[in-house]
Amino acid sequence: MTPTVLGSAADVRTVLGDLSGVDQVGLEARAAALATRSLKKDAKRTAIDLAISMVDLTTLEGADTPGKVRSLAAKALRPDPSDPTCPSVAAVCVYPDLVAVAREALGDAPVGVASVATAFPSGRAALPIKIADTENAVAAGASEIDMVIDRGAFLSGDLLKVYEEIVAVRAACERADGSRAHLKVILETGELATYDNVRRASWLAMLAGADFIKTSTGKVSPAATLPVTLLMLEAVRDFRDAFGVQVGVKPAGGIRTTKDAIKYLVTVNETAGVDWMTPTWFRFGASSLLNDLLMQRQKLETGRYAGPDYVTID
Amino acid sequence: MSRLDVRKTYKLYIGGSFPRSESGHTYAVTDAKGGFLANAAKASRKDARDAVVAARKAFGGWAGRTPYNRGQVLYRVAEMIEGRHDQFTADVVAAEGLTRAQAAKVVDAAIDRWVWYAGWADKLAQVTGNANQVAGPYFNLSSPEPTGVVAVMAPADDSLLGLVSVLAPVIVSGNTAVVVTSYERPLAAITLSEVLATSDVPGGVVNILTGDASELGPWLAAHLDVNALDLTGVVDHDLGASLEAEAAINLKRVLRPSTPDWTAEPSLARMTAFLETKTVWHPVGV
Amino acid sequence: MADHAVPPTPLDYAPAPESRSIVDLQPSYGLFIDGAFTEGADGRTFKTVNPATEEVLAEVTEATDADVDAAVAAARRAFRGWSRMPGRERAKYLYRIARILAERSRELAVLESLDNGKPIKESRDVDLPLVSQWFFYYAGWADKLSYAGLGADPRPLGVAAQVIPWNFPLLMLSWKIAPALAAGNTVVLKPAETTPLTALLFAEICQQADLPPGVVNIVTGAGATGQALVGHPDVDKVAFTGSTDVGRQIARTVAGTDKRLTLELGGKAANIVFEDAAMDQAVEGIVSGIFFNQGHVCCAGSRLLVQENVYEEVMDRLKRRMTTLRVGDPLDKNTDIGAINSREQLDRITALASTGDDEGAERWSPPCELPTSGFWYAPTVFTGVTQAHRIAREEIFGPVLSVLTFRTPDEAVAKANNTPYGLSAGVWTEKGSRILAIADRLRAGVVWANTFNKFDPASPFGGYKESGYGREGGRQGLASYLTSSVLQEGETA
Repeated sequence: MTPTVLGSAADVRTVLGDLSGVDQVGLEARAAALATRSLKKDAKRTAIDLAISMVDLTTLEGADTPGKVRSLAAKALRPDPSDPTCPSVAAVCVYPDLVAVAREALGDAPVGVASVATAFPSGRAALPIKIADTENAVAAGASEIDMVIDRGAFLSGDLLKVYEEIVAVRAACERADGSRAHLKVILETGELATYDNVRRASWLAMLAGADFIKTSTGKVSPAATLPVTLLMLEAVRDFRDAFGVQVGVKPAGGIRTTKDAIKYLVTVNETAGVDWMTPTWFRFGASSLLNDLLMQRQKLETGRYAGPDYVTID
Repeated sequence: MSRLDVRKTYKLYIGGSFPRSESGHTYAVTDAKGGFLANAAKASRKDARDAVVAARKAFGGWAGRTPYNRGQVLYRVAEMIEGRHDQFTADVVAAEGLTRAQAAKVVDAAIDRWVWYAGWADKLAQVTGNANQVAGPYFNLSSPEPTGVVAVMAPADDSLLGLVSVLAPVIVSGNTAVVVTSYERPLAAITLSEVLATSDVPGGVVNILTGDASELGPWLAAHLDVNALDLTGVVDHDLGASLEAEAAINLKRVLRPSTPDWTAEPSLARMTAFLETKTVWHPVGV
Repeated sequence: MADHAVPPTPLDYAPAPESRSIVDLQPSYGLFIDGAFTEGADGRTFKTVNPATEEVLAEVTEATDADVDAAVAAARRAFRGWSRMPGRERAKYLYRIARILAERSRELAVLESLDNGKPIKESRDVDLPLVSQWFFYYAGWADKLSYAGLGADPRPLGVAAQVIPWNFPLLMLSWKIAPALAAGNTVVLKPAETTPLTALLFAEICQQADLPPGVVNIVTGAGATGQALVGHPDVDKVAFTGSTDVGRQIARTVAGTDKRLTLELGGKAANIVFEDAAMDQAVEGIVSGIFFNQGHVCCAGSRLLVQENVYEEVMDRLKRRMTTLRVGDPLDKNTDIGAINSREQLDRITALASTGDDEGAERWSPPCELPTSGFWYAPTVFTGVTQAHRIAREEIFGPVLSVLTFRTPDEAVAKANNTPYGLSAGVWTEKGSRILAIADRLRAGVVWANTFNKFDPASPFGGYKESGYGREGGRQGLASYLTSSVLQEGETA
């Protein structure tokens, strides 16, 4: 069974109307319960290394320069210069006009170059501009595109428009040789405001062909939260049950500590299940998280608490 | 040679911090015999304005806490007052001219008063709220809710027990307070604000302005972002009447001046004066 | 997703034990009478055991009739001073106790898990916070009794005999002692014979709080001690939480006396899931309804009533969710389901559950490795259950869920009410009016809508019908420990 194709606003209403509601208190209580899991020793070491390998190391600032991006890329490849056993991250994440710099700096290492696109972070631009933004990033060498949905359209009820834009951007990810940059769809959960909206937006994105659903741009607060990520993991689990298609999840923004990262991994493990416990299907959109993971990793190695001087700035 | 002590500087308490008055003014506070005690900050209308802003900012968070949590925070305040029993006793002796033994009893009473109010936090709704059985298929529930920012004119003479008796009932239900202290006997209030700052009370829930109620009162009474006005400490009848009239501009809830016996056990009135009642209906049907 | 997919990494949690060292276990414990620990009158003792390992934790004194008599006498002597003390002073004792309980809560939680078998996650995060809160809440009533709706000057009853069960030992103690003391009564409490230790540590806390001697007395023992206590002629009030059978006996015992009685007994609660429930949260509610505390909960949602048109979906989600439940060492922070409290209880669960097999219901448990020593039962679901099955009628008091279906709201209500019990019920639907309509018609003292197993000292708890009478918690919870001018003539028990 392939995912339903939505051809009209009526289709959208039918499919989304069928979805179960979400009880806020119950969802948040489940997330809080998952957050009490305690991972020790080997389990913690495994979790830290897995989390490092899942990081999309990110810089999305107006002040970004080629120098900054090269520095980030070096860190992405070799997060801990004092320990070659430390895994590299999954990808770097940059603005489209710096994709080429990132690609060159990374060479042919197995670290992806994710580019934001579609008038990130606001998404407020006409569709042709968003498509051009996407095509430009793909042409420059992006292996992944992180697009934003049109929240204005969503909140004013034009869900079909949201869907059709995702479909169009996905098409713009195709390359001449038939391969395709993979598409992450940012829902900007902080602006969607309710869990019911997040569930609907998740399904809309998955039906439109998203490879990943992503919580946030990181430019709006609240960004990723554990309950919202739990909800999205339930969505991808149910989507695969319904249609046999697996979709990834990326929480982004506000995940700063190893403790946080472990809570997310536990949530993946006990909700969507072990199939998602890989950077192929789960990512962390983060910048400062990486150094905390490295310091915790060092502590497990040496038994001593580390400090900022013992990890590099990117 | 005897040791010189390090004297305290008395400042205002606004938004969890201790600023001096923006006017730079102070005034001399004397003890019951007329001897110099300290220079207290003389709060200006701008300080009052800032205090209201701080109280408004703190209101959502404070009202949104569980009543159990508010009760625990207030109980902790009582723990801290108890810990500073001697300091408060000295304040009361100086301000009110009581003997040490008498003042100690006043402090005891103030602590017990505070504990009494703390215990109301999670019970008020059970005693002042209720389900209503209306003549139709509807669920109907009335619940008390805090009104918002309350400006309080603290009792003029009773610098600790009276102060505690007007402040605790305002905040226990979730309101935030801007308190104008007794002009002549303000120092116990500042010691209390030190307690509040170290008792997990969020900044802005209580704001304490030492100064002249006849100067500050009109600004607070006319302030459109103040929801209620407690005129208890206003001694002058004409001032009280004019403040009540000013308060009508945005229909503040007003508690008129009074001089109760602060040693008597209170009723619910000082809590219910600053509570709204919200009644919710919902149909009952499958 | 990447060009080369990376194989998944399974995540094993590794043992995460909470340390036992915070608990200072004595080899033996006396009775707590008149403010001091004393040996029993004739030196009889019994052992209390860790149900997860069968290791003996300590020897505990068995209180004889003479010991019970001494305890009641101590409570009687203390009653005069305690009841005449101004409420605000009693309040301050109770606030002290509440604060010390909070200070020592980790120690108490570990001890509770050792003696009872429940996971440390639950004793730490559920039981202990509620215990402290219960004392904090009732402390605040001690000087406000005239506001309780029982008249201008309600008076305490006197000496209260309180017998509590093993499923939430310290929590049940707080439900009994806090309101009784706030109202001005003094108490003699008997904890269950398999879980005496936190009550004995509570006695130490009473000493730390400088509670006047005799206000709280703890007598340990089994059925005989309990009978002596509730039957004692100088007791004014009896409060019992436990099985309906014993509750009936106690009701017969107090008949014709002046003793007031409250009972909190068994249940067979229906957890009703409608088609329009928030599904993932409903599944959480089903799981916590029956597997929280190993199902040793009088108000457990032991009957799942699921609307027939969403039966498959709910069962699929429920079974998948059950595969993430971790059964094991109660002191491991990741354990979700701990040990069954005793060999006797395990036998009862096993026997009753097997009637489910015999009567044609279909049993399912997730794969789960149970430890070799100790008392364990895997979380279990029976489907194809109807009202006529024993597992739908009788309280199993273990991690066993019986699943029935219904077609319409009327049928759900009829099936939910079709039981001699009436303690609690759950309703899962996103439709507000439906919640209220169903709640209106359920004959149960506690209705949880879109949630389950929620407790708070401000919220009255207690049952209809054979689940007992009287309420614990809230303003209503005070009524059981006070007498007012309103109730004087021909008072109900």
